[in-house]
Amino acid sequence: MPEDLKTYPRIYLYRRVVQAKLFIDSHYAADIDLNNVSGEAHLSKFHFIRQFKKIYGETPHQYLKRVRIEKAQLLLTSGIPVSETCYLVGFESLSSFSGLFKRLTGITPSEYMRQQQKLKSQIRSQPLQFIPGCFAKKKGWYTDH
Amino acid sequence: MISKLSHVSIYVLNQDSAYDFYVNKLGFKVHTDAPMGEGMRWLTVCPPDQPDLEITLMPITEGMMFTKETAEQMRKLVKNGTFGFGVFECKDIYATYEELKAKGVEFSKPPKQEFYGIEALFKDDSGNWFSLGQKAG
Repeated sequence: MPEDLKTYPRIYLYRRVVQAKLFIDSHYAADIDLNNVSGEAHLSKFHFIRQFKKIYGETPHQYLKRVRIEKAQLLLTSGIPVSETCYLVGFESLSSFSGLFKRLTGITPSEYMRQQQKLKSQIRSQPLQFIPGCFAKKKGWYTDH
Repeated sequence: MISKLSHVSIYVLNQDSAYDFYVNKLGFKVHTDAPMGEGMRWLTVCPPDQPDLEITLMPITEGMMFTKETAEQMRKLVKNGTFGFGVFECKDIYATYEELKAKGVEFSKPPKQEFYGIEALFKDDSGNWFSLGQKAG
């Protein structure tokens, strides 16, 4: 028996599902057909979805949507406009992007962007508000004390 | 009365590389990334389910806690894997292990059933090691 198989059960199944998850992680912006993803995993669509959900707590489709919105949050934080972000994370329509974004985060992409830009400018102008005082003091970052 | 732990520091050899490890490999969220000028950077990350525990990725540099000599000693100790910094928990250790391994994370122990649960050991990019656990039951 190969060493791997002794280590833990169903190792090949795990590897296939993990590879499919990593495929979603790196191809979220493309027009991913989840039928292809289950094919990549060499599992039937039904079996694949069931195993994926068992491991990650959500279906591949739910996971793909969450990854896209999380990547959108990073792009918006870095200042990429909403319309551009929408296409960069794989949405074809702005309204479906905004709708899903609001459903998952509670606010619209433009509100999120405003919040993040405000936070960034606060960090730039008053960084010491975001750092525990003891560190800042020891580092000599307090200039007015 | 003390109510909770808000910050904990992990000493790292290089903040850019630590950012890549903790954010892109482990999947932690950036909490604060504040440039402080003169190459200083306050960088904290959180495990995905613990947004209020900030792990400060502290570079080992001269000043603050270290002299030139102690910084050098500390860098050597970290690199040699002297420090174990804690235990991370996950819902499915086999899937987490396979994913992190695929991303190039170095494991010194693959998942193994112990009496307290299933455990694996891995190192960060600096040399700090961690236990990865899935509770029994």
